[in-house]
Amino acid sequence: MTMNNDSDHKYVIETHDLDIYYGTFKAVTGVNLKVERNAITAIIGPSGCGKSTLLRTFNRMNELYANTSIKGEVTFNGQDIYAKDVDPVEVRYRIGMVFQKPNPFPKSIYENIAWTVRIHGYKGSMDEMVENSLQQAALWDEVKDKLHQSGLSLSGGQQQRLCIARAISIKPEVILMDEPASALDPIATLKIEELLHELKKNYTIVIVTHNMQQAARVSDYTAMMMLTEDRRSGTVIEFNETNRIFTNPKDKRTEDYVTGRFG
Amino acid sequence: MAELTMKNVEKKASTIDLRRKSRWGESIIQALLFFSGFFSIFVTIGIVYELGKEALLFFQMPDVNLLDLVTSTKWQPHTGEFGIWPLFTATMMTSTIAMAIAIPLGLGVAIYLSEYADRRVRNILKPILEVLAGIPTIVYGYFALTFMTPILREIFGRDVVQIYNTGSTGLVMGILILPLITSMTEDALSAVPRSLREAAYAVGGTKLEVAVQVVVPAALSGIAAAIIIGISRAIGETMIVAVAAGAGPNFTFNPFVGAETITGHIVRISGGDLSYDSIDYNSIFVLGLFLFLITLTLNVISQAIVRRYREVYE
Amino acid sequence: MREIAVVEGFANNLDARNRRGVMWHMLFQASTVVGIIALIALMLNIIDGAFGYVAYEASVDPDSLAVNGIPVQDQSKEQLVALLQSKLSSGAYNKLNNEKPFVNRSQAEVYQLVVDRMIRPKIVGVWNLWPSLTQADEIRATVAKDHPKAELDFVSWLTTNFIVRPQTSEPLTAGVRTAILGSLWTILFTILLAFPIGLGAAIYLEEYASDNRLNRIIQTNINNLAGVPSIIYGILGLAIFVRTLEALTSGEVFGLVDPTTANGRTVLSAGFTLGLLVLPIIIINAQEAIRAVPRSLRNASFGVGATKWQTVWSHVLPNAMPGILTGTILAVSRAIGETAPLVVVGASTAISFDPNSPFSKFTTLPIQIYQWTSRPQDEFRSLAAASIIVLLIILLSLNASAILLRNRFSRRF
Repeated sequence: MTMNNDSDHKYVIETHDLDIYYGTFKAVTGVNLKVERNAITAIIGPSGCGKSTLLRTFNRMNELYANTSIKGEVTFNGQDIYAKDVDPVEVRYRIGMVFQKPNPFPKSIYENIAWTVRIHGYKGSMDEMVENSLQQAALWDEVKDKLHQSGLSLSGGQQQRLCIARAISIKPEVILMDEPASALDPIATLKIEELLHELKKNYTIVIVTHNMQQAARVSDYTAMMMLTEDRRSGTVIEFNETNRIFTNPKDKRTEDYVTGRFG
Repeated sequence: MAELTMKNVEKKASTIDLRRKSRWGESIIQALLFFSGFFSIFVTIGIVYELGKEALLFFQMPDVNLLDLVTSTKWQPHTGEFGIWPLFTATMMTSTIAMAIAIPLGLGVAIYLSEYADRRVRNILKPILEVLAGIPTIVYGYFALTFMTPILREIFGRDVVQIYNTGSTGLVMGILILPLITSMTEDALSAVPRSLREAAYAVGGTKLEVAVQVVVPAALSGIAAAIIIGISRAIGETMIVAVAAGAGPNFTFNPFVGAETITGHIVRISGGDLSYDSIDYNSIFVLGLFLFLITLTLNVISQAIVRRYREVYE
Repeated sequence: MREIAVVEGFANNLDARNRRGVMWHMLFQASTVVGIIALIALMLNIIDGAFGYVAYEASVDPDSLAVNGIPVQDQSKEQLVALLQSKLSSGAYNKLNNEKPFVNRSQAEVYQLVVDRMIRPKIVGVWNLWPSLTQADEIRATVAKDHPKAELDFVSWLTTNFIVRPQTSEPLTAGVRTAILGSLWTILFTILLAFPIGLGAAIYLEEYASDNRLNRIIQTNINNLAGVPSIIYGILGLAIFVRTLEALTSGEVFGLVDPTTANGRTVLSAGFTLGLLVLPIIIINAQEAIRAVPRSLRNASFGVGATKWQTVWSHVLPNAMPGILTGTILAVSRAIGETAPLVVVGASTAISFDPNSPFSKFTTLPIQIYQWTSRPQDEFRSLAAASIIVLLIILLSLNASAILLRNRFSRRF
């Protein structure tokens, strides 16, 4: 199975009729999404409707917790990432993730990035790699003199940028972000949002957020998720360019949500 | 009617006394409880006092010389020789062999339980480990003598391996300590937050890399504490050595011959006819004091390590 | 994702990493297998020792004791008593009668005496289970050759008789009753000392103690005591209970014992020594149980104006009791298996009468195992194996009941 990781495919990630199960419980149902390359796609919706679950399907993180399974298809550059011969390690190498609560390794700032690239066989100049990644994450100037301090000694916002630096150090094609700024103060949040604008030049970003204004500020495309009629599973009820979603939503429920009639 | 009721209520309110009553029953109980709590201090004081007192008597005896104690390699109270080295080296040998078994195996089982095993396997393994931990040491002693020693003699030859030897003692002691290391290490590994593992998987780490290069280093203080406790346990272990290691101090580094450890010596001496104030009697206390101080130091260090490095993750 | 365009600077090392992962996975699994094998080997070894062939010779031919053609085992009690009287010295006969008059003994008991004192079987060979099963013919041949007059029986050293017979120096008739009773008596005093004080300390530390220096020292001290080797407790017990408090523990103070044989090495000393040993365990477990009682329960009680002790006694303790009992059972389980401290305190090596008071001399089951294991003859190893099985069964029952208790009451919440 050959993989093309260039712009052969306009859509980096696609889902076809995706259902996600926890055991026999269907948490997410019937999702059909196309994530465009080098764009920021936001997934919004009230809490509990499966946004994070959906996001974690894209890099097979959900299977770390027992008993999750899917029906339907998730493809990466046209390839089914759930095919039998696909190694999840390889998937996560290509599709990175940044979590809600910053989780740097309890190692030095330098080592956070160095370890990550080392396990993937990086043989080049480590100093260059570390500096490069930290530059891209807009963190270099703040930490360049204390690279050997623990990653945990940084502030919340800095830690999150360190996690972003770590994620991009192995040059993934996609960065998944699960509410990356929700644990941060407004100034740190702003820094992260500015960073996203820069990052999208080289990476495709999918971001889950419960902050509608953030989605409106940051993303090019937005997927609106909500619980189905029987209030049992979540599904994407509308998916469009962001400005259309916020100015002229097709679904009344979307309109209610983005205008704040319910949260 | 209403007026009357109001007046009664008012009267009642003014007769309720809110001041503290003397509850002497409570005080007595509280005193008893405090005494119970303080009792453990008495135990420690008792240990230190008794061991120290007799040890002092020991050092005051004419035959005993502090320099000899730490330099001589013979321990034969009846001829007046009191070098501590034979007992010490035997203790070191059994403990070292035991830890050489218990540490790698114990860590391996703990990593397997914590990072690899699914619930079914855990539900079988954990009870097995609890059983191993609950078997009395005398049973392990029997096992060392009747199983481990004959096997060693088969493998290495009957003239190489004596019936009583420190090798089989150490090996069985390792099995005894293994569950201890495993359970403490597993606790330490479980305490590593899930978010850390997620971060490592998310950058494309394999299970081995996540377990050994991220989780284990993060749990290192707990693992170190476990190992230290294991060593402490090995040094203080008595019955396995009493049964299988040999009687009679012997300064040797050969694991295939018999030698007596500190604890084995204490047991042998006190098992015989013992007259108070004989030099044998006092030697028990000196050795006991030595043992107590070493194990106490190790335990304290272990607790300090856990305390100091506990908040490393968040 | 096999043939991929490798990202610049990175190696295509996934296969190597996965191979390493598989190898270490197997190593970790192997560690657990070693542990399981060790346990199985232990169990099999004990079983191997507790069953097998025994060859024994009678010193006196039982046939020679037949009276009027009636073999000795079928004779009536009176006939057997007469036999004893004729063959034993008058001193020995009277002593037996004083210990327990013949009129009170059953025929089986008297026959046992005849076997012990007159026939006196002597063991000439003992084989473990595995050789007995696989080399039965060779064993028979060897015995026939070397000891033609010997009987060869396949025995289980573990029988009900084994449990109810007292300890003797004759391996064929030895039993563990003395040891079991000794253990029970000892544990009685262990609990008498450790449970009240332990529970009291736990209540104090969890409900009453404020966070000041003294209380932190007490807590640290208890944690340290839990890690002290058991033999140290033995030495402590020797110094305090056996020696310093000898008047008390030997019973002299109460005038109940014969001053010439009395000393401090009694059940009382043993029990209290073990009590000190398990005290930290009981405290720590009880603390955990008390800590697990929800705060809301206490608040409810205080809210209606109850005092602290009323709250503790009527609400906290009943709620925590299953956990406390579980911890106590575990402590007892630990104490039953302890050998080293009791050797130091001075278990008796050769007693054959059951303990009947706190001031009796004592032996316990683990000590009995120790003594038998230490004798070189094979038959004593077999006795040790059988007693180990008894000990393990006792411990298993105790631990199983602790687990049952824990499970039954943890479902409540």
